[in-house]
Amino acid sequence: MTEATVSHVEAGEPVGARRPDEDHGVFLLRQMLRIRQFEERCVELYSHSLIRGFLHLGIGEEACAVGIMEALSREDAVVATYREHGHALARGIGMRSVMAELEGKIEGCSRGRGGSMHLFDAATRFYGGNAIVGGGLPLAVGLALADHLQGRPQVTACFFGDGAVAEGEFHESMNLAALWQLPVLFCCENNLYAMGTALERSESETDLALKAASYRVPSWAVDGMDVFAVEDAAGKAVEAVRGGGGPHFLELRTYRFRAHSMYDPDRYRDKAEIEGWKQRDPIPALTQRLTASGALATGDLERIEGEVSAEVDDAVAFAEAGTIEPVEDLERFVTSGTSHGGEPS
Amino acid sequence: MSVVTYREAMRQAISEALTRDDRVFLMGEDVGRYGGCYAVSLGLLEEFGPERIRDTSLSESAFVGAGIGAALGGMRPIVEIMTVNFSLLALDQIVNNAATLLYMSGGQFNVPLVIRMTTGAGRQLGAQHSHSLEGWYTHVPGLRALAPATLEDARGMLWPALEDPDPVLIFEHGALYNTEGELPEGAGPVDIGTAAIRRHGDDVTIITYGGTMRTGLGAAEQLAGEGIDAEVVDLRCLRSLDIATFVSSVAHTHRAVVVDEGWRTGSLSAEVSARIMEEVFYDLDAPVARVCSAEVPMPYAKHLEDETVPQVADVVAAVHGLGA
Repeated sequence: MTEATVSHVEAGEPVGARRPDEDHGVFLLRQMLRIRQFEERCVELYSHSLIRGFLHLGIGEEACAVGIMEALSREDAVVATYREHGHALARGIGMRSVMAELEGKIEGCSRGRGGSMHLFDAATRFYGGNAIVGGGLPLAVGLALADHLQGRPQVTACFFGDGAVAEGEFHESMNLAALWQLPVLFCCENNLYAMGTALERSESETDLALKAASYRVPSWAVDGMDVFAVEDAAGKAVEAVRGGGGPHFLELRTYRFRAHSMYDPDRYRDKAEIEGWKQRDPIPALTQRLTASGALATGDLERIEGEVSAEVDDAVAFAEAGTIEPVEDLERFVTSGTSHGGEPS
Repeated sequence: MSVVTYREAMRQAISEALTRDDRVFLMGEDVGRYGGCYAVSLGLLEEFGPERIRDTSLSESAFVGAGIGAALGGMRPIVEIMTVNFSLLALDQIVNNAATLLYMSGGQFNVPLVIRMTTGAGRQLGAQHSHSLEGWYTHVPGLRALAPATLEDARGMLWPALEDPDPVLIFEHGALYNTEGELPEGAGPVDIGTAAIRRHGDDVTIITYGGTMRTGLGAAEQLAGEGIDAEVVDLRCLRSLDIATFVSSVAHTHRAVVVDEGWRTGSLSAEVSARIMEEVFYDLDAPVARVCSAEVPMPYAKHLEDETVPQVADVVAAVHGLGA
């Protein structure tokens, strides 16, 4: 680290932390609601031009990020994609700093240098925010190699989409991780579309778990719309990986309810297909389950939604009050030894 | 003093780094059991074991990316790529990750990684093993690029490169591995920020690096016989360039020839030439001349390959062309 590692959770920030008396399912629900409401607010901010660039929303996919993060410890590492707001929030990066990043402010978790696609946080070992499809997989292999060589019992969770399975990096990384038995949990969020290209138009073998298994990597397909199913599978996989079982692969079968990005007119998906998947929305599904079990009483959902809404309001206010980096610092961090300019000291 | 080859000097450097720092390991294709495709790492597997002399699959993108990840995870990897031509398979990882992570993360994640690779022609290896593509990498902010042309630099550049908190690429010209010379006992780390004047002179500055440094020196020797006193600047550090050293040499001699085994168009030689123009245009007695490789994919036949890459006679002719 080139600077003192700062926590991207502000003092007094109402982070969606675990509450001692809270039912675990209710906690998971709140985490998913935080992501959902955060991203819905992003849409509004985008329409007001407060967020620019590419903005990829994971609305509908919240159970994947929340379920996987529940299985990880603080010491584990996470490598994510460009659709990573949910991963960042579920990992524990403060909502204020994520929102400030989207608004390009210094208080952002990447100082406004990264934006929506490049969220980073040393305190939670969150290594981006990689916007080259498949580009994060080799990094995850290397992080796990470092843990292996240093004898640390840590796991690296690597998120990527179904599109990445067509990239060479997927195959190279699966092979190396398996060959060297490295502690990587490969988390493939299969939302059925690589941007606008449907899985069956992209892959000769559409069973991605089967494909992964050909590298002798234990591979399970999981209902990515069921947070308990994801958490359960991730828990078992992480335990196996941490125990020296080598890399594991989870295919999380999920769906994004919105278009690929704010620029996408979504011409390639059938409306009925989208509506069908919305019937499986992980948030109402969990709400119903928790209500039926009695974990969620009348009025609880509204209360939690109100609390989450207040957290989002707070994050937006924080971001909008944030500061912009002085242009004199434009070349700062090109290299470690320089506060200005690209010339090494 | 002991007589060593460039290859042995490099091996000593790697061995020393492995001994000095537990975080250092070497990774690449055939670095272990085979002994390195150019035999640089021969014997290191037996000494340091397979965890630290790590043979990889033929997966340039994955093992370079894994080097980046391992650097992020606290290691100090040395990644070897067989040739600069093969490094294109890892270009995404080098340019989109190694060079950008520190900046994109707002200063949180630096990448202390060293990538070594062979470059250059002269061994009749044709158009997929012989190009000098190091100039491309010098285009990229966030990378440091080094070209050891001497035994001292082959021996001494690796350790400071490993101490650099950011990614460093080391380009080793394949024709240099068998060159032999005396290396002082206890030769060690060298500076990796400056160019070096390899021969002092008053009449013309020959600016070069890596494999063509010897070509520049050979030309200077020949020119000396004609009464022309050439200064030879070895760039050593291709990014960031030590502009002050070559510019002040040109200000002194008033003439410059840039020798670069890369192609002329869009090249490192173009960058050096432009810097001279920007800094000391009014000190020049003649336009800057360049001696580069012919703009062809590298041919196999010996006479054609020789015709393609800069030769001593080409440099001498270029100097004559300046009216020196």
